[in-house]
Amino acid sequence: MISDPDVVGLLYLLAIICFVLALRFLSSPRTARRGNWLGGLGMAVAIGTTLLLDGISNWELILAGGAVGTIVGIIGARRVKMTAMPQMVALFNGVGGGAAALVALAEFHVADGRLASEEVVSIVLSALIGSISFAGSLIAFGKLQELLSGRPIVFAGQNVANGVVLLGSAALGVALVAGLEEQWALVALLALALAFGVLFVLPIGGADMPVVISLLNAFTGLAASATGFVLDSTVLIVSGMLVGASGTMLTLLMAKAMNRSVANVLFGAFGQVQQAVGSERVDDGRTVRATTADDVAVQLSYARRVVVVPGYGLAVAQAQHDVRQLAELLEQKGVEVAYAIHPVAGRMPGHMNVLLAEANVPYDQLKEMDEVNPEFAQTDVALVIGANDVVNPAARNDPSSPIHGMPILEVDKATSVVVMKRSMAPGFAGIDNELFLDPRTTMLFGNAKDFVVKLIGSVKAL
Amino acid sequence: MTDLGLVIELTILALAIFLGFEVIAKVPTMLHTPLMSGTNFIHGIVVVGAIVVLGYAEDGFTKAVGLVAMVLATANVVGGFVVTDRMLEMFKRRPDERRPDDRRDEPS
Repeated sequence: MISDPDVVGLLYLLAIICFVLALRFLSSPRTARRGNWLGGLGMAVAIGTTLLLDGISNWELILAGGAVGTIVGIIGARRVKMTAMPQMVALFNGVGGGAAALVALAEFHVADGRLASEEVVSIVLSALIGSISFAGSLIAFGKLQELLSGRPIVFAGQNVANGVVLLGSAALGVALVAGLEEQWALVALLALALAFGVLFVLPIGGADMPVVISLLNAFTGLAASATGFVLDSTVLIVSGMLVGASGTMLTLLMAKAMNRSVANVLFGAFGQVQQAVGSERVDDGRTVRATTADDVAVQLSYARRVVVVPGYGLAVAQAQHDVRQLAELLEQKGVEVAYAIHPVAGRMPGHMNVLLAEANVPYDQLKEMDEVNPEFAQTDVALVIGANDVVNPAARNDPSSPIHGMPILEVDKATSVVVMKRSMAPGFAGIDNELFLDPRTTMLFGNAKDFVVKLIGSVKAL
Repeated sequence: MTDLGLVIELTILALAIFLGFEVIAKVPTMLHTPLMSGTNFIHGIVVVGAIVVLGYAEDGFTKAVGLVAMVLATANVVGGFVVTDRMLEMFKRRPDERRPDDRRDEPS
């Protein structure tokens, strides 16, 4: 047992230092993994110190809860495929928010009306933000896991519903702080905040989920920080706020990488505009040209330069290893091969780098967007595998498109484009792609992995 | 825990805000996802709050709420850490190093 408050405080300070260094290390590829382990050390110190606090009891409950949480966490994190990482992050973020809200509820219950007003403020904030993060993250999970439609979900009276929920929770929050120390009021606040979390994320399109998850991640940090004020715990206040601030920063950086403002992401009701535009678009007689693996194999083998544009479809089909094999075969034939990585290829910024690194694709072949775009004009074949929105020229040409202004990979500047796609279904942003109608584009419809394997066979046979 | 007084706590909070902004300001795009996951792990610190609530709980209601909070917060901590580590494991490998247990951190 540690009874000296200074010792407790110093141990928590040690944990805080670990977390700050962890964030610093996580910002550089060389030290990132060490950073996570350092965070783990900080967490171990913080948890160990808390368990040794004077007067802690209910050991069987603490152990049982910890054991269940550990098992769920390990199984969830170990079994999830690399492609499903983003929704797993959303889920773990949501449970953290839920935990913060419940800690606030329990504190309120224990205090039974004997709370200073700043403590009530902290409890209200923690309950509110934590619940929004919990419900919002679950909806984000549902969208990414495709349990819910990736399209923005809008319904009549949505603004009224938002207004009622928001005003209701604000009124309850003010009443609680003003002295209405009734538990039903806090429970009602929790319920309204949950509803708000759902309403807030439903109208946001699936392609924008990374930004939303990042924002909700910052929210959970804020909620954790707020609980720290009730519990007078510096480690909670500082660590929570570190995540709140760095998470906000990261959200801004991500939005910037997509060339959108955060406000536009959150309130743009992405896709709504497009429905109107889409219905006006008439069939102008241009058709999509399908091709065969054999034809593409010839095209690739006699090219001087091929740029592979991997997208989420490649990840889903688990084709990254076969693509690397194909690339190696082509290189043996003297073809120059590079991979063009869009900052938001996959489901999250950096997701595609992780997937290709997993398949041992050499780093020097991975080209960032700014580096590769000027090179498309000298590229014979751009091989687009399961990417859609990130190569959609509408982002450049069509001001009415919801993705207008997003930087894209300019594959349409290559001599020819081959697109592998499961079907003509629109991409994650839910919009059509002009590229597929371009006369220089040919399409291979089907599973990306099957086609790549066929291509390998055909190239070998040549 | 020691009561530091609201003003000191707010001072610490304000400093943490600036630190949080500064410390990740130079992160490259390819690390956005792992960094998000890493910060996601760190806010699992709310587990400290769950332990305190559950550890000092006396009535059934508080115990029940505290227990659920404990499960959720632990899942956040453990899951967040393991997911982040799995992601970062992918960055470590170089094409000429196929051994999965290679722990060299410096780029060759």
